[in-house]
Amino acid sequence: MLNVSIYRYNPEVDNEPYMQDFQIDTQGKDIMVLDVLEKLKAEDPTLVFRRSCREGVCGSDGMNISGKNGLACVTPLSEAVKNNKLVIRPLPGLPVIRDLVIDMSQFYAQYEKIQPYMINNTPAPAIERLQSPEERAKLDGLYECILCACCSTACPSFWWNPDKFIGPSGLLQAYRFLADSRDTATEERLANLDDPFSVFRCHGIMNCVQVCPKGLNPTKAIGHIRNMLIRSAT
Amino acid sequence: MANIRTMSFDAVIVGGGGSGMRAALQLAQSGYKTAVITKVFPTRSHTVSAQGGITCAIASDDPNDQWQWHMYDTIKGSDYIGDQEAIEYMCQTGPEAVFELEHMGLPFSRTEEGRIYQRPFGGQSKEFGEGGQAARTCAAADRTGHALLHTLYQGNLKNETTFLNEWFAVDIVKNADNAVVGVVAINIETGETVYVKAKATVFATGGAGRIYASTTNAHICTGDGIGMALRAGFPVQDIEMWQFHPTGIHGAGTLVTEGCRGEGGYLVNKDGERFMERYAPNAKDLAGRDVVARSMVLEILEGRGCGPNGDHVYLKLDHLGEETLNAKLPGILELSRTFAHADPVKEPIPVVPTCHYMMGGIPTNVNGQALTIDSEGNDQVIEGFYACGEAACVSVHGANRLGGNSLLDLVVFGRASGMFIEKQLREGIELKDASEAEIEAAMAGLNRLNNSNDGESAATLRAELQTIMQNYFGVFRRGDFMQEGIAKLAALRPRIENVALGDKSNAFNTSRIEALELQNLFEVAEATAITAEARTESRGAHARDDFQERDDENWLCHSVFFPGEKRVGKRGVNFTLKTREPFQPKVRTY
Repeated sequence: MLNVSIYRYNPEVDNEPYMQDFQIDTQGKDIMVLDVLEKLKAEDPTLVFRRSCREGVCGSDGMNISGKNGLACVTPLSEAVKNNKLVIRPLPGLPVIRDLVIDMSQFYAQYEKIQPYMINNTPAPAIERLQSPEERAKLDGLYECILCACCSTACPSFWWNPDKFIGPSGLLQAYRFLADSRDTATEERLANLDDPFSVFRCHGIMNCVQVCPKGLNPTKAIGHIRNMLIRSAT
Repeated sequence: MANIRTMSFDAVIVGGGGSGMRAALQLAQSGYKTAVITKVFPTRSHTVSAQGGITCAIASDDPNDQWQWHMYDTIKGSDYIGDQEAIEYMCQTGPEAVFELEHMGLPFSRTEEGRIYQRPFGGQSKEFGEGGQAARTCAAADRTGHALLHTLYQGNLKNETTFLNEWFAVDIVKNADNAVVGVVAINIETGETVYVKAKATVFATGGAGRIYASTTNAHICTGDGIGMALRAGFPVQDIEMWQFHPTGIHGAGTLVTEGCRGEGGYLVNKDGERFMERYAPNAKDLAGRDVVARSMVLEILEGRGCGPNGDHVYLKLDHLGEETLNAKLPGILELSRTFAHADPVKEPIPVVPTCHYMMGGIPTNVNGQALTIDSEGNDQVIEGFYACGEAACVSVHGANRLGGNSLLDLVVFGRASGMFIEKQLREGIELKDASEAEIEAAMAGLNRLNNSNDGESAATLRAELQTIMQNYFGVFRRGDFMQEGIAKLAALRPRIENVALGDKSNAFNTSRIEALELQNLFEVAEATAITAEARTESRGAHARDDFQERDDENWLCHSVFFPGEKRVGKRGVNFTLKTREPFQPKVRTY
């Protein structure tokens, strides 16, 4: 039997959150953490978590699994169980709505702040805008972000200033548009980031890189933005 | 008394996937007050899982490519019950819609010329089937759906669309004229129930692959729009037509794109034989999905399956080389390593046909207007009601969808619905307000659920439903088995209507949502079962052991399921093209 300890909080019933222990028979199979949660929910319908694609592309089920942020659907027990125990908590640093469901408003607000859409006011051609494979390759490692918030909620700088520091996810997306040969708003984008908090609160701790379930590297993207900001200032 | 708050919009779109967000974008740009109700944050919608690409004749791979060839392929692929007028519109308008996405920022892969990269997909040809394999599927590596969905969300942010994120539509509100005037919806976070009133209600609620035990579909694909439409008494069309994707990962069900075979991968049986050469000598592994899926099942049934139980076949990719796989199919490497514990660079992926796509849905015209059929058999527009994307049956896929056509369908018809509603709003839409009793009627199901005491758990009932569908309505179907399945479903209905709600709280109550989803799944499953039993022929994805031939004399038509009397009717297929003579049915071989 596997011991599972899960963070529980229902604002209508509980004065404060608590950890609840469950036991589950996984029959020795190396199933995913999401499978465990689904099995437990079948027994206890009050257990609440988000999930959708169950294959690591939608970003719904970011949570803190045995101390590390990750997606429940692509985290096998073999990576998450220590001493026959699995500990599941909501992503840290943002308000909890209920159980493993967090309020992601601040995370999304930071994403919206970076103008996460292509800006190009020149008249569009009748076909696509051309882009060489080399120019397109600059977007690899950036556009794949699934907005799961594992990175930003693992970042001490984001915990400290979630309202002012864009955070690794938002900055990765900021660089995705700065790096796109089709986007013409580079100066405007840099000007919007040019303050002591938006970018420069990153202290290179690299928790974001360690936890990203898609293997992306926000720290590197932030480095590129810093360089662009410094260059544009001189 | 329906003692709930009302929110009013010009248009409300239910569903935040590709088609819903494309429709919303159109309406937001027009300045009309538009809201998207979506049960998950928009980028968590199932469009995100589309991999291989969006098929469209943009003439990048082949400068001489023509949309008419794409039209021919789609009509043939549909086994001739796709509406030709709609297919013509989709294939002709497609390039414009795809270029719009590119201009919006979609990070397509590129050719050396800087154009959008296109790969070969199943069922594609040049010169109306005479010119060999085409490469017509526009791709962003193997993450095209993700790239497309995020781009559309970004476009909607830019245009300040109102999103009601993590809201769940419960049922349709109809007025005294039987017109649709919005929905009753739950704000999942707070549990508040609201009447969302609109002059135009668009269902972009996606598919319902979760009626089957083994599916590539996300947990959220529960046919909510179809369930609501059927409960409101509206018919659905061609709902027996379910696509089984040839390559779902054995055991896990997760999708492995057809693009793998487009890039040169192929299927082998336990003897290492490339068996598709026997079933489809010309197109081989790139025959229509229905053809490939059936061939795989026959290999397994005849004892040539792989693995200790002989219950799957292998998809071989290692001969393509690590570099190609990393560049073209990076997501597949990740999925296979995670879910099949197989590294495609070195070893084949175990795959099996897996429920993937609902060709049927709410019948609509090319403007997205939902239709019903009157007693004389004529189409009647349902005022105020629209559908697009997988929830709709416009019908461009007929009895079998071609790979890469779902993304095209959702952008083209999401866009078309938005444009048409914009025009109607400009001309003025007058619909009678719903009375208190009419709003109350849309809350009846929810009220019953909230008051349930005994009953069985949603998880148990869902598993039972999925097992019935998997066993009795799979790749191959037979009349007597299906009748047995229908009887089992009939026995299941009262149990599902009486599902227990084990959590009565308001804040983020996902058990309540899952119980409502289960009821929607059931409506889709029952409609599928009854219609599948009624269609006494084999066509496209609908393959019957007891009626193995296509029967054009009796069944070259849409099926229409009427929920009130659970009756299956017929509706003519559209055979009119604006630009040329229509394509007449021929024997379909690849």
